[in-house]
Amino acid sequence: MTDGLRISSSLQKRMMVTLIAGAAILAIILFFIVRGYAAKIAQDGQDNILGASVSSILDAAVIRDGTVEVDFPYASFSMLDTDLDDRVFYAIYQDGELISGYENLPQLSQVRGTQSVFQTLQFEDNQVRIASATRTLIGARDRTEVSVSIAQTQDALSRTLNRISRNVAAFGAGFFALVALLSYWATATTIKPLMRLASSVEKRGPQDLSPFQKEVPAEMVPLVSSLNTLMGRLDQSLTQSEDFIAEAAHRVRTPLATVRSYAEATLQRVSKKENRAALRSMVRAIDESSRAASQLLDHAMITFRADHLQKERIDLVDLVQELAVRLAPIAEMKDVEFNLQNDPSVEIHGDLILIQNAIRNLIDNALKYSPNEAAINIAIRSSPRPYVEICDQGPGFPPDDMANLTKRFTRGKNADGTIGSGLGLTIAKDVATAHDGALELSNHPKGGACVILSF
Amino acid sequence: MKYLLVEDNQELANAICSRMKLDGHVIDHADKIQDAIAYAETGEYDLVLLDIMLPDGDGRSFLKHQRDQEKDTPIIVLTARSQVSDRISILDLGADDYVTKPFDHAELQARCRAVLRRKAGATQPVLQFGDVAFNQLAGQLTVKGEVINLRNRELRLFELLLNARGQIFSKQKLVDRLFSYDEDVSENAVEVYIGRLRKHLEDTSLNITTHRGLGYRLDND
Repeated sequence: MTDGLRISSSLQKRMMVTLIAGAAILAIILFFIVRGYAAKIAQDGQDNILGASVSSILDAAVIRDGTVEVDFPYASFSMLDTDLDDRVFYAIYQDGELISGYENLPQLSQVRGTQSVFQTLQFEDNQVRIASATRTLIGARDRTEVSVSIAQTQDALSRTLNRISRNVAAFGAGFFALVALLSYWATATTIKPLMRLASSVEKRGPQDLSPFQKEVPAEMVPLVSSLNTLMGRLDQSLTQSEDFIAEAAHRVRTPLATVRSYAEATLQRVSKKENRAALRSMVRAIDESSRAASQLLDHAMITFRADHLQKERIDLVDLVQELAVRLAPIAEMKDVEFNLQNDPSVEIHGDLILIQNAIRNLIDNALKYSPNEAAINIAIRSSPRPYVEICDQGPGFPPDDMANLTKRFTRGKNADGTIGSGLGLTIAKDVATAHDGALELSNHPKGGACVILSF
Repeated sequence: MKYLLVEDNQELANAICSRMKLDGHVIDHADKIQDAIAYAETGEYDLVLLDIMLPDGDGRSFLKHQRDQEKDTPIIVLTARSQVSDRISILDLGADDYVTKPFDHAELQARCRAVLRRKAGATQPVLQFGDVAFNQLAGQLTVKGEVINLRNRELRLFELLLNARGQIFSKQKLVDRLFSYDEDVSENAVEVYIGRLRKHLEDTSLNITTHRGLGYRLDND
């Protein structure tokens, strides 16, 4: 069915890839947003505690006798306890001079007032969060500025963040998997009406050109209606040409039939030798022309159909038996018998009308050349490959001509006196070729022509 | 046999009728489907010969009408169509066979005979001549209680002579009736068949005599 079609890609695959890629991007963005937000909340938490610690120390600072005294409240450090025992550093400056704590703890330059400022920086190979605030102490005689910096390592914070990241990643992956499943389901559901349409087109019989009546989704209406229009046109043009051929055949054959019947009837009455010969020639000429007309039509039909094979399952045994029954009255006229030998069933996949036509032509030929009171042997076998063999007991094929007999309008040298158009074997050969089969001609050792049509 | 011919071409109809009468059959002719239906309703026919393209419609509608009425008179379609699909639809509609125009009268006869034989029931008219019995439908000859297997040409020759007992048939006439036109047969070929028939009918009341210069005649003594 897909012969000669250029396939760009699968619609379903494309939809799924788009949906899944979208879901992946969304999941990644979501991961970073949630993680960033969680980090900010955690950082704010640490900042609040650091700020409170700084404030409590600043609050405890007093000027006594011109010197600054700081009595660390217990809570100012205990509030900084963490599970992972994060290290805490501090430094207290009076007017920029260190009075207690780590002297190399960096001082934040932008600190103005009691509002804490925060910064993350590197200290003693650790990443620390540092909070600083300043307070102006006013004594009896002087005023002095005390600033406090407290830094804390971020082990606990990192651990919390990592945990959150892991959870968010797990949620993201779950979300992604769910979306992937949903997109598979969604694309399959969306594509289903299309598949149904395709399968109903495929299931149609070769002659069925009726429009589609089933419900289709709105998006498919343009496709289906153009398909229906196309089929309507095809049906119409086929019907027109079939009608034309039927009408033309009727117009030609009916007068021929009249002339033939009269000639035959007259022949019964006349006895003069020359008149009888003339009448016989007349009947023969009519038979020749009608046979040629039929075979030309058949040949045209075969040439057309060979390009558009309408294949179906065919049992060659049934087909040949039917043809034998149909041709039996003609065979009886010459007292010719059909001997059928066959396997129980020989199935092939092919165009019924073409194959029927080919085999009928072969049996017709055998009948024409068969002597009176003889037999025509027909074998239908399935191995080595499905074939039908038809052997008559007539004069056989002229050996010199054998290679040319399947050419159009070629007749054997010994065919003079037998009515024919020279198209029968051509038709059979063309049908064989269209089905990747073969037509073999041979002469039986005991006399008579044999043809094998194999598929 | 009684035939009904449905054919709008008057010339062809005349030709078929005269040929059928020559063979000893009774034949009625209708040239429209309506007339054909009227004929079929009033008369009992053994067989209908039906053309497809008729002035008041498609012959297949007559076919369908007959089959819908459950009339099983055999119908042979005379068609000018040669498309296989047409042939199939004709048979699907219940025709028993078809002949493509122009046809050999002998072929038409052979097909009629085959169809009649197929359709014939158990009770069949048997012609009896002393110890010779002949079943015309089955084409079966029984001599002294023994069934004789007649070959087709012997059978046709026998029928011909039997239906016109006491009439002389020239060799030429017999050749015309027994052989088709693409066979080049000499008149002497008839002698072979006459010889065989004589052998079958030996010592019976049926007797084939030779009339020198004239032909052959079957007599019932």
